[in-house]
Amino acid sequence: MSENNLLKMSSSPHIRSKITSSNIMLLVVVALLPSAAFGVWNFGLPALIMLISTTVSAVLTEYIYEKLMHKKVTINDFSAVVTGLLLGLNMPATAPWWMGALGSVFGILIVKQLFGGLGQNFMNPALGARCFLLISFTGPMTRFIYDGVTGPTPLALLKGGEAVDTMDMLIGTVPGTIGETSVIAIIIGAILLILTGVIDLRIPGTYIVSFVLFVGIFGQFTEASVGLFDPQYITAHLCGGGLMLGAWFMATDYVTAPITKKGQYVYGALLGILTGLFRLFGGSAEGVSYAIIIGNLLVPLIERVTLPKPFGKGGEK
Amino acid sequence: MNRCTERVYNGLVKENPTFVLMLGMCPTLAVTTSAINGVGMGLSTTVVLVLSNMLISMLRKVIPDSVRMPAFIVVVASFVTIVQFLLEGFVPSLYDALGLYIPLIVVNCIILGRAESYASKNPVLPSIFDGIGMGLGFTVGLTCIGIVREVIGAGQIFGYQLLPLADEAAGKAGYVPVTIFILAPGAFLVLAGLVALQNKIKKNAAKKGKKVTETSGCGEGCGSCGGCSGKVFPTGNEE
Repeated sequence: MSENNLLKMSSSPHIRSKITSSNIMLLVVVALLPSAAFGVWNFGLPALIMLISTTVSAVLTEYIYEKLMHKKVTINDFSAVVTGLLLGLNMPATAPWWMGALGSVFGILIVKQLFGGLGQNFMNPALGARCFLLISFTGPMTRFIYDGVTGPTPLALLKGGEAVDTMDMLIGTVPGTIGETSVIAIIIGAILLILTGVIDLRIPGTYIVSFVLFVGIFGQFTEASVGLFDPQYITAHLCGGGLMLGAWFMATDYVTAPITKKGQYVYGALLGILTGLFRLFGGSAEGVSYAIIIGNLLVPLIERVTLPKPFGKGGEK
Repeated sequence: MNRCTERVYNGLVKENPTFVLMLGMCPTLAVTTSAINGVGMGLSTTVVLVLSNMLISMLRKVIPDSVRMPAFIVVVASFVTIVQFLLEGFVPSLYDALGLYIPLIVVNCIILGRAESYASKNPVLPSIFDGIGMGLGFTVGLTCIGIVREVIGAGQIFGYQLLPLADEAAGKAGYVPVTIFILAPGAFLVLAGLVALQNKIKKNAAKKGKKVTETSGCGEGCGSCGGCSGKVFPTGNEE
């Protein structure tokens, strides 16, 4: 903070906040720890190796790139740690560790640094990396082994019209990626972020509400046994897949979400509708990642439309 | 003859249509899934380019200015049809791989661009060499992109298995292809990477005193082309 002392500001009573990007990122890391810990407990050592691999390679990539390009090294702001950790939580524990490392390199190098580093990326680096891996290595990225058995995720079961145990999905003892299975662990982290003011309910709230509305209304068209606003079906969809992780931790990314309040509602609603569309009518069972990165790409447009009017502007013509 | 070698050098390096002018992006991105496709597409385009440049240069005093575009298109389309039939007859595998993109050579902006900005204003011989230079530049560009995409995306080079693939069922370790590189997003990634690389190389060469890049591009009688492309794509050769 010493360099700020050089800036002698006068007149206007400026308020200086003590919150820095590294504080915020550190809080996000802490909030992700419950999910990470549960993932390691649930999937064992391979999950831990995957998380370490993605996190370390994300930080290393950022460090090496900034050194080579003679830029200020920004690994102290923990943003690379968040990216690496989020990517790790989005990987199946059974994928080889180098796949996670490759994803981290792609996310940090291509999605984040080439566009100008923290604050300039047009797309969530962790999700960009996940989609890169999903397209490149579809097999290992969508094969989930749980308790030694290769099985479909609850969402895939749901799509196939089979019954799922919502309680297991809430706790997280189901097949899936490392961090997405336990809704409870994610909610613990999310509450921490809300209490500390890092995120607010606007984006996740509208995301989840619009998703519930979409699934409630359109669920009956894809599944014969499901009625209008079938509570069991909606709960299963809410607890299944990456919806919770995406809504609380990835859709709320400061850089790739709109800054205007109205825009955040539009963005959340858009994500909910896209996710529902992909899940119910798309080819694969999951659609959170694609919904969020498509939403990311539309953010500049959303912000443009929802720009607040300065006092005195507009009005009656 | 000096002017002719200058045209070839201009097309290959200074105004490389793929990496500097960024022309003909549609075939560049679409067909370069493998090195052989890149070579095939590049050479087909080169043949059409050389022949159309030659004919248009011959006819440059005959074609009235007001209908030059339709006239160029007719000339180019005739040569493309010939090339298409030759490919279908002699290299059917390549014909199948390139598919729709062979007839699309007609509207390739490199060909019309060279006809408009060079061949229609210059004598026959330099026009032919301009076609050779630009065509080879395009071929080199497509081949480079094709090689990178094929090696990373399939572990092959010109269809030869360069890196032994992993076989999970047999428990054999090896290279796991990064499939995204032979899909559409890979084309953009590789093109961007190679453009950045060639800019870096040219920048370093310029620093050492070798004068490789010239911002205005073609000062030798094709001002409209070089000036325009310089304005539209300032990233290409700013340094």
